[in-house]
Amino acid sequence: MTRTDPLDVPRPHAQLHFGVFFQGVNHWTIWSAPDSGSQIDPASFRKVAQTAERGLFDAFFLGEGLRLREVDGRIHDLDVAGRPDAITQLAALAAVTRRIGLVSTSNSTFNEPADLARRLSGLDLLSEGRAGWNVVTTDNAWTGANFRRGGYLDHADRYRRAEEFLTVARALWDGWDDKAVATSVAAPAWSVPGAVRQVRHRGPQFDVDLAPTLPRSAQGHPVIFQAGDSGEGRDFAARNADVIFSAHGNDFDDALAFAEDIRRRLRAVGRPDDDLRILPGTEIIIGATEEEAQEKKRWIRLQQVTPATALGIAGLLWGIDLSGRDADGPLPAEDPVVAENDGSFRARRIADPRAVVAEWRAKAEAHGWSLRETVIALGPQRGHVGSPSGLADKFARFVRHGAVDGFNVTPYLIPDGLDDIVDLLVPELQERGVYRTEYTGGTLREHLGLRAPLTHRSAPGRQEAG
Amino acid sequence: MSGPALHLAVEIDGDGAHPAAWRRAAHAPDRLLAPRRAAGLAAVAENAGFALITLDDGVLPPGAAPDPVGRIGAVERAAFVAASTSTIGIAPVVPVTYAEPFHVSSQLASLDHISAGRAGWVVTEEERPEAARVWGRPPVADAAGRAPESRDGVEVARALWDSWEDDAVIRSVATSRYLDRDRLHYIDFTGETYAVKGPAIVPRPPQGQLVVLGRPDLVPAAQLDVALVEGRDPASVAAAAAGAGTPRVFAEVEVALDTPDAAGAERVADLARYAPWTDRRRLRHVGSADGLVALLDELSRHVHGVRLHPLVLDEDLAVLSRLVLPALSERRLVARPLPGTSLRSALGLERPANRFATAAVQEETR
Repeated sequence: MTRTDPLDVPRPHAQLHFGVFFQGVNHWTIWSAPDSGSQIDPASFRKVAQTAERGLFDAFFLGEGLRLREVDGRIHDLDVAGRPDAITQLAALAAVTRRIGLVSTSNSTFNEPADLARRLSGLDLLSEGRAGWNVVTTDNAWTGANFRRGGYLDHADRYRRAEEFLTVARALWDGWDDKAVATSVAAPAWSVPGAVRQVRHRGPQFDVDLAPTLPRSAQGHPVIFQAGDSGEGRDFAARNADVIFSAHGNDFDDALAFAEDIRRRLRAVGRPDDDLRILPGTEIIIGATEEEAQEKKRWIRLQQVTPATALGIAGLLWGIDLSGRDADGPLPAEDPVVAENDGSFRARRIADPRAVVAEWRAKAEAHGWSLRETVIALGPQRGHVGSPSGLADKFARFVRHGAVDGFNVTPYLIPDGLDDIVDLLVPELQERGVYRTEYTGGTLREHLGLRAPLTHRSAPGRQEAG
Repeated sequence: MSGPALHLAVEIDGDGAHPAAWRRAAHAPDRLLAPRRAAGLAAVAENAGFALITLDDGVLPPGAAPDPVGRIGAVERAAFVAASTSTIGIAPVVPVTYAEPFHVSSQLASLDHISAGRAGWVVTEEERPEAARVWGRPPVADAAGRAPESRDGVEVARALWDSWEDDAVIRSVATSRYLDRDRLHYIDFTGETYAVKGPAIVPRPPQGQLVVLGRPDLVPAAQLDVALVEGRDPASVAAAAAGAGTPRVFAEVEVALDTPDAAGAERVADLARYAPWTDRRRLRHVGSADGLVALLDELSRHVHGVRLHPLVLDEDLAVLSRLVLPALSERRLVARPLPGTSLRSALGLERPANRFATAAVQEETR
């Protein structure tokens, strides 16, 4: 085992933080293996959360869907789908876990602050200070078709609404003074007179007059997560978030560049540049040796990228319905369709389909790859593959150089996909001194080593939302 | 003569049915919101043999300003309780006067999955105009305006619960398909003020449809599994039950029982020093456990179940648990739920067919 001197790095004492993201959509979750479990049975959620807690993870994380995915106007049927409401599921997990944080992805467009802030407060109290909120935005009328208000929001306003939403939510969370509730049945009233304040807010997005319904939890506010990657999204995170769930965790240089960009943005808004944790989403594939890990990866990719999924991914690139073609044959002979930037999923994800297809053709020809092999090799990539000691060295380097603060791990198998990480990787990390050997705090905020909520600080360093 | 065995429900919100119940609680006010509180009450009710707990709620805090009382959302409490119990039914109160029916449907379906089919839903209204300000919406002024909101909200939630057929997840390796999209359905609901497309994001609940409870004067009887009826005396309860038109009828009964320390009437008088016991025109029993057993015996001829509203949970639940339910049990007057059964089965209700299910038998593609 090769090791650098741990003191010869920018952050010799940095600690790696792990979250686990129980995914509810997309092809990364293998549903066809003999040990693929249910995506909705509460036992699956309990198993993953309790395994993560055994591995001393900071957080258990759930995504959110507000409409079933569709391709060409038909429900997408190739990937896992069907999942619980996040906060409801997490409230149940609060009863069967003791220390791990519970993070809900909840939309700021199709919720209202009073309702969502209260639900998050409830989760925070039921878990005794372990709640987190991953703030996401949507603007499309397609999602809005499931809601009373419909698709009412302009694209440009989605972050404005999210920011104003957070301002109202924070005011609600601060609506009760600490020790606002009486400590004796002989007290003059249930709440201390004057300790609960009405929240009135009139802004472009919200005009509300609210009685906050709950006191603060042990961690003050739920921890705020954010995942936006555009410049606007990064600025939003710098102003508002405690944790960034980024997409920059595969390549060291890319991760470091992202982290340095975020630190610059933090300083620009007057926050300390260590005020926020960066946890890229990642898959981790572990084998006893590097070769074994690579072999396992090949098997996993074949399960994830089924023939139909390969045709679906290639179809998106080509802009052609390829279903019914032979995924194990050559690449489609046609040129890709180049459409106007119509705001569609395809247009947003693939800037220049012709250039990508040309690259795919060249490499497929050079290697003799089928379409499916090409999609596996060149399609969406993610994750880290290796032996426990190799991965531990790599992650220690990432965290000690400030490229990440940890990872939000997406298991490829539910519910057993974390077992290897907890049983094999965590001990290697502990041996290197980059991972906790026990929980030292009780709240999610404490696990992450975060300061008090942004509205609870005295200047300097204080930055009000909005 | 006694009627068939009763299904017993108990409302466990806050410290009890009386607005000043916290004055006689066995814990300090700042412990009300501790997670163990709700789970502890649920465990007592489950062990006592209740079929169902309900959890009152609303978007406004209980207790009028300037003395608000903290209350965690009923769905969150219900989910927490569901994970720490195994047999008892759990029904949060969720008004849909202003809430998003899509979210409400998802939350309740999730609760049914979490509880393995023990979930119910008590549909109520947000009556106070301030609730509209909380949602940032124009107030729905009167009863005539609120009724359609409840009706449409329940209709959307129920349609979404059916939008996945039971066997929509096929995991067909041969065809690479996880879902059979023919067993997923757009609900295409269009009401007076809004439309909802569907399908749900949550697979069909284990019970197919959750048990929906509500007042038949507020929610159309056809949408209810259980009518919650009120009346000051058994005769008016019997009359309301006879006209309910729902598969099951539960009577609302408020109770202040004699405890080893104080008579029920003394406890009511004690709390009257702080606030009156809100009159909801419900049957009220103040007195002995035996008296309550006799009253329930009489009601068993007219209703399928009773929802009890204890004056002070920490006092009355103990008497219910030690005296009332054992006495009812001895006289075969209480239907105790069995472990492993759904709430629907416990109440003797069929698992409903799916409104969207395709008539033709589909070929198994697994």
